[in-house]
Amino acid sequence: MPKLLKAVGCLLHRDLTVALRRSTDILTPLIFFVIVVSLFPLGLGPEPSVLKTIAPGVIWVAALLATMLSLNRLFANDHADGTLEQMALSPHPLTVLVLTKVTAHWMLTGLPLVLISPLLAIQMFLPESAIGTLTLSLLLGTPVLSLLGAVGAALTLGLRGGGVLVSLLVLPLYTPVLIFGAGAVAGVIADIDVEAHFSLLGAFLALALAFAPWAAAAALRVSLD
Amino acid sequence: MQHKYASPKFFYTLAGQLTPWAATITALLLVTGLYLALFIAPADYQQGESYRIMFIHVPAAWMSMFIYMMMAGAGAVALVWNVKLAEIFASNCAPIGASFTLLTLATGSLWGKPMWGTWWAWDARLTSELILFFLYIGYMALQASIDDPRRAARAAAILALVGVVNIPVIHFSVEWWNTLHQPASVSKIGAPSIHPSMLAPLLLMSLAFTFYFFTVALMRMRNEILERERHTTWVARVLDPES
Repeated sequence: MPKLLKAVGCLLHRDLTVALRRSTDILTPLIFFVIVVSLFPLGLGPEPSVLKTIAPGVIWVAALLATMLSLNRLFANDHADGTLEQMALSPHPLTVLVLTKVTAHWMLTGLPLVLISPLLAIQMFLPESAIGTLTLSLLLGTPVLSLLGAVGAALTLGLRGGGVLVSLLVLPLYTPVLIFGAGAVAGVIADIDVEAHFSLLGAFLALALAFAPWAAAAALRVSLD
Repeated sequence: MQHKYASPKFFYTLAGQLTPWAATITALLLVTGLYLALFIAPADYQQGESYRIMFIHVPAAWMSMFIYMMMAGAGAVALVWNVKLAEIFASNCAPIGASFTLLTLATGSLWGKPMWGTWWAWDARLTSELILFFLYIGYMALQASIDDPRRAARAAAILALVGVVNIPVIHFSVEWWNTLHQPASVSKIGAPSIHPSMLAPLLLMSLAFTFYFFTVALMRMRNEILERERHTTWVARVLDPES
């Protein structure tokens, strides 16, 4: 067991270091997130009441797309230089290693999105009471996006047109998270009790934590064959 | 014995014998079901004649979900026991299931125009049917982009198993959202709120669609078996009996 913990620690440290050395990789999805959200007022006009209504959905959809754009970074580089095969051959369960890589991915993609979301919320005239809800819903939701995205990334590893294909596979699976994530924020604005939304988001996270690494590891084994 | 049935060569012959029977049953059920649905069942007191779209719409919606479950189940069998036949079955489910999903969406939209006054409403069940359609498309796209058929089948099976988590979401979305779609009237256990004269054709049509699915699946599987085994001598003999 200590060996496994050590391997997990090493992998996490390695993934974070590699990503931080190429910091544009981290910044690109984040800037994409900001740009997409900023485009909506330009397209729809600066009317605060309109922006306030669409803000939860717009911010959540932008978070979905930003996560999706960053998915190819998850396995592609390690696949190209053979590291991934070494991981599959190592004595440690691939499921745990995949979970570690997903954690690193979330810390580099999901967490920045969560942290910058209050700024975008102000930009979209969200009432102050809803900003906390938005951040919290993204905090619960973005790990699910990374986990489900890992399955898609593993399935499309090394395929031609993998980037577009992964969106086809992953976006339909993201819909429940989108519904309850954006629903929670809209609920707070409409003064509805949103405890159920958070319970369901938590349930999705628990479900994804239990099953997604396992499915992604199985998919990796198929892709590495 | 079990091994014999799972061999593609044996199954090819068996499927060839079963197909005409399945096709005949499909035709009989379809004719009876349509006759009962279009001529015998009374007009609805509220919706008039246009409710009859339901006899296509509802069985198609059931099939769209049933086929996804079959596809995921066969995919699991293929992954766990490495059964070639299950792989072939799963991969041939997808186009049929996608067609039924499209049929559901089209008939739903045709029914929506006279009933709701719009072609499309973002109602819970229509939306989840649309998402199911996207799931089918993703499944087929993934399969089409992997050249090796065995690898394609295994990758697609994993995707189907992940997607099957979405099926309960589809069912429970009816309760999660309160929208303008009428509540499901057949699934109520105990006393269904649908009259027997309407229930009979509905069930007959569902059976007809199920048999149609098996007929087409058998035909598609025969084709794929020939394609996959094209380098073997038994296929050469099937294609050219004189050699």
